[in-house]
Amino acid sequence: MISKLSLGALCGLVLILAGPPVRAETIRVTVEKLVFSPAEISAVVGDVIEWQNKDVMAHTATAKDGFDVVIPPGKTATLTVTRAGTFDYYCRFHPNMKARLQVR
Amino acid sequence: MYARLTSALALACLISGASLAAGSGITDPQIAHIAYTAGVIDIEAAKQALKISKDKDVIAFANDMLRDHEAVNKQALDLVKKLNVKPEDNDTSRALTKAATQEREKLAKLSGTDFDKAYVANEVAYHKQVNGALETLLIPSAKNAELKDLLETGLKLFQGHQQHAEHVAAMMK
Ligand SMILES: [Cu+2]
Repeated sequence: MISKLSLGALCGLVLILAGPPVRAETIRVTVEKLVFSPAEISAVVGDVIEWQNKDVMAHTATAKDGFDVVIPPGKTATLTVTRAGTFDYYCRFHPNMKARLQVR
Repeated sequence: MYARLTSALALACLISGASLAAGSGITDPQIAHIAYTAGVIDIEAAKQALKISKDKDVIAFANDMLRDHEAVNKQALDLVKKLNVKPEDNDTSRALTKAATQEREKLAKLSGTDFDKAYVANEVAYHKQVNGALETLLIPSAKNAELKDLLETGLKLFQGHQQHAEHVAAMMK
């Protein structure tokens, strides 16, 4: 919530200082048969990651000290990227599910 | 601990013994029945844990097991209906059910952390066994491609649950 607000404020600031902001991209990851694909994605701060869960069971995209997104079965869940770094993430329910998010 | 280990060993022997007896002659209807039974057993174990445990991590884990195995078993039923396969009871299914019933009776006598530890340890051992059966017997023997595919997803699920159970066990120490 706080990060969303500050991102909003930041976008507003960029708008004032530099005209139209660069449009954030949406990066899609499919979760099917307990596999994240692509397993490795890169994004820039402000981009949105969208996980689409094609399985009948819930998964999560969880990075220690990063984020914890629950992806319900048959649904999508999103995360707005707020800071740079390399995030190795996994599923809390099935820790054998692993993937990586690189943020520039 | 020793008793638990021996019962796990006995079950492993039962599974491989039954597979030897059946040879490579195990059929898709039998495989479907074994896979479904393996799910039902974990659902029953989870229900018992939800009745007895007071530990928040154990309860969360049991709820995860219940949710996943119910969802996958529903998927399995939909598949066998679509393939017009009637799951067929067999020695391996019966051995699994018998061993699970004995384990639940043993666990029913425990409470508090004794129960929690025994339940989680059994979950680790049980998922390990089912993974072994899936890898060495069920997946290689399955003839129908869609059934094989579902079993392969089932293997990844059970491996995930095993790691999850190992994580819960590590936290309790
Ligand atoms: Cu998962």
